Amino acid sequence: MSIQVQNIHKAFGDFIALDNLTLDFPSGELVALLGPSGCGKTTLLRVIAGLEQADSGRVLLDGDDASDTHVRERQVGFVFQHYALFRHMTVFDNVAFGLRMKPRSIRPSEAEIKRKVHELLQLVQLDWLADRFPAQLSGGQRQRIALARALAVEPRVLLLDEPFGALDAKVRKELRRWLRRLHDELHITSIFVTHDQEEALEVADRVVLMNHGRVEQIGSPAEVYQQPATPFVYGFLGAANRFEGHSSAGGIAIGNATLTAEQNGQHGEVIAFVRPHELDIVRHEFGHGIPARISRVLTLGALTRVELEGRDDVAGQHFDVELPASHPLAGSLIAGEPVRLQPRSVRVFANPETAGAA
Amino acid sequence: MTKAPTLPRVLPGFGLSLGFTLTYLSLVVLIPLAAVFIRASSLSLEAFWDAVTAPRVLASYQLSFGMALLAAAINTVFGLLLAWSLVRYRFPGKKLVDALVDLPFALPTAVAGIALTALYAGNGWLGQYLEPLGIKVAFGPLGVLVALVFIGLPFVVRTVQPVLEDLETELEEAATSLGAHRWQTFRHVILPVLQPALMTGFALAFARAVGEYGSVIFIAGNIPMVSEITPLMIISKLEQYDYAGATAIASVMLVASFLLLLAINGLQAWQARRNGRSE
Repeated sequence: MSIQVQNIHKAFGDFIALDNLTLDFPSGELVALLGPSGCGKTTLLRVIAGLEQADSGRVLLDGDDASDTHVRERQVGFVFQHYALFRHMTVFDNVAFGLRMKPRSIRPSEAEIKRKVHELLQLVQLDWLADRFPAQLSGGQRQRIALARALAVEPRVLLLDEPFGALDAKVRKELRRWLRRLHDELHITSIFVTHDQEEALEVADRVVLMNHGRVEQIGSPAEVYQQPATPFVYGFLGAANRFEGHSSAGGIAIGNATLTAEQNGQHGEVIAFVRPHELDIVRHEFGHGIPARISRVLTLGALTRVELEGRDDVAGQHFDVELPASHPLAGSLIAGEPVRLQPRSVRVFANPETAGAA
Repeated sequence: MTKAPTLPRVLPGFGLSLGFTLTYLSLVVLIPLAAVFIRASSLSLEAFWDAVTAPRVLASYQLSFGMALLAAAINTVFGLLLAWSLVRYRFPGKKLVDALVDLPFALPTAVAGIALTALYAGNGWLGQYLEPLGIKVAFGPLGVLVALVFIGLPFVVRTVQPVLEDLETELEEAATSLGAHRWQTFRHVILPVLQPALMTGFALAFARAVGEYGSVIFIAGNIPMVSEITPLMIISKLEQYDYAGATAIASVMLVASFLLLLAINGLQAWQARRNGRSE
């Protein structure tokens, strides 16, 4: 089932959580709402579920205006970050809850409920835990039970609010893959909220990047990673070194230094981004490139990470460079050494703060 | 409880704390209560039986325990409502209301009794309207109930409040998103979580109501066979220097209260086990 939100606006006092947002979630896709905390992604999810009322705008479920319908009638499955399992019920009763709450006329028989619950528990591979209480389960197990419980009522859409946010890194990785497989089996339109870019890029068919209650970019994981539309997206997806300067035909002037790297015809005041692995260290105190001084060299397995402080015009800025451990420089760099940085690839955006001034 | 744990603990050990607990409990609770039974045992069995089963005394048991149970039940329902409003809603003067709840704890019970009597007497503010309707509150069993409800109010509110504060609204949202109606959510999701606290509050309110004296004697009217509470029977025996008779009735009251509280505790433990929480 498709979900559309049209011109959704929501404010909490002076804080605008959703700023006139319009979005389309096509049927059957697994979409990630990605953004920093406070960007409005959870609010959007709650508005779609009907747990929060938008100040204005409409939510369409399958083309029908659902803005004024109650959560109960929207048939959405909602999974909470902290599971929200009913502590006083067994796993079985938790999953059966939605079925047992149905009006008597359409409520399945107890035998039918039993069959269905076991089917769902098998789907989440936890059938053997049916008689346990939530307190006796691990976090990952609880979240899978919460998902089974949401699926029991055959929701038209599945909404997951930071579903792996409370889990440790290893379980989180497992559950991500598991969620992806589950979605490939069920094909239920799903939206999940996350602030973890790796999670979004790994699991979702599509990523919606949000910031300050607005959508920054929508696209497949590859698109948003390789062609970030805004400086925010570039900075949010993966580590980035940021330079501010003036771009002209000759290159990007950053103070007295000039970046001669290729740039996409952007002129004027710009923000340039370089990924840590696309930045070269040159062992000259003077010459081309950004002046910097090495402050720390860290060897992390196959990678050597170099942390640097800007010198001269870029003093006070921090830069990160990643070198393969096999790189000729990797072993010889010393903290305190003055160097220059030269990017191999730069991504340039007009600087929104100073645009027009130049 | 067979053996003190040998693991090093941060706080003083098991032996010391158990010893202190038992000594303290003995000094403060057990020895005075034992004195009651020893005093009562100075009566012959027959005299004891006569003292505790006199018709007036029997009527007083019924009034005392019946009204205490009823008052505790009323306080459970309305205490829950009050706690709910205090936890879930924001309104002007909330702090004030919160403080008012504790007032029945702080007020000397005799003052409460006099105030309630003045209010509900035939010429009182409320009594003057109720009595023409045939509702006689002051100087009758209903007055006893009113007084017991008044003094028992804080117990349920104060036991339920912290549990309600800890109850995530997410649970209710989860229930609603699964299709549960308001009543179903309350009945199947909220109530089971609150139940232990409600029962503790009920037990406390009941225990307090059974032993209440000061506020009740003013409003009860103390009509023999109709509105005499058991503590009053004990006092009247004491006034006649019949110490043994007084302690006999007191011991019956103690045993009955103890059994009731034990039953409530047992019920709670049973429920906790059934719900897989503690133990």
